[in-house]
Amino acid sequence: MQMIVFVLASLMVLTGAVSVIVMKNPVHAALGLVLTLFGVAVHFVSLDAHFLAAVQVIVYAGAIVVLFLFVIMLLGVDKSEDLSIEPFPIQRPLAIVVGGGIIGLLVAAIVRARDTISEGTPLESGGDENIKALARNLYGDHVFAFELTSILLIVAVAGTVLMTRKSKKEVGK
Amino acid sequence: MAEPTTTYYMILAAVLFGIGATGLLVRRNPLIMFMCVELMLNAVNLTFVALSNRFGNIDGQTAVFFVMVVAAAEVVVGLGIVISILRRRPGATADDLAELKG
Repeated sequence: MQMIVFVLASLMVLTGAVSVIVMKNPVHAALGLVLTLFGVAVHFVSLDAHFLAAVQVIVYAGAIVVLFLFVIMLLGVDKSEDLSIEPFPIQRPLAIVVGGGIIGLLVAAIVRARDTISEGTPLESGGDENIKALARNLYGDHVFAFELTSILLIVAVAGTVLMTRKSKKEVGK
Repeated sequence: MAEPTTTYYMILAAVLFGIGATGLLVRRNPLIMFMCVELMLNAVNLTFVALSNRFGNIDGQTAVFFVMVVAAAEVVVGLGIVISILRRRPGATADDLAELKG
């Protein structure tokens, strides 16, 4: 049963990921991204990370992809891109070699190290144990980092507003 | 049927990371390049959660939480930059931005 879920969710993840990089229309690529993010959320559920699965769907598949689609619609760049134009002919084969190399090296390292990873005591997963453990960890050991992320978000939002605002001169024109 | 082990999840994450890296190198639309960065971040998140499950240590899931926050901030700033570039020159690709003139 676990294996069937794993295979189906992995198919979702890989189909979505490939469609992000081959689709000509940015809207289709964004929908492929949604498929990938949902697949990752399914993996989170089967790994007993229930809170992160919910956050993944709400923040990633909800907010971030909607932001992408919003920018695509706002700028009117939803016309298809001609993928046959290639300013550097060597770039595409080289990129595939680099990507394949990354995958090959990582898989080789993972397969070699698979027996050396120690097995810990499993986390409690029944009921709301996951979110309780996460909250104790986040607001206990990592509370300073948690407070810093609030500063990060404020700076990001204020910076973006400042950056995309039209200056008074431009508005006056 | 065998249960999927941590190795399976990590190999899936490695493949997802590789696809994202390839897309980042191949595509020239800045929006699609951002989506590829998201793919790579998700691959790392999947590794964090799989190993958190394997070690029985919740710290990995806390790290994923912080990665998500930083990813959200990164998308906001990145799309702001894309908007302010595309307002000046419509239809810009990554190649058109090679020279840093306004």
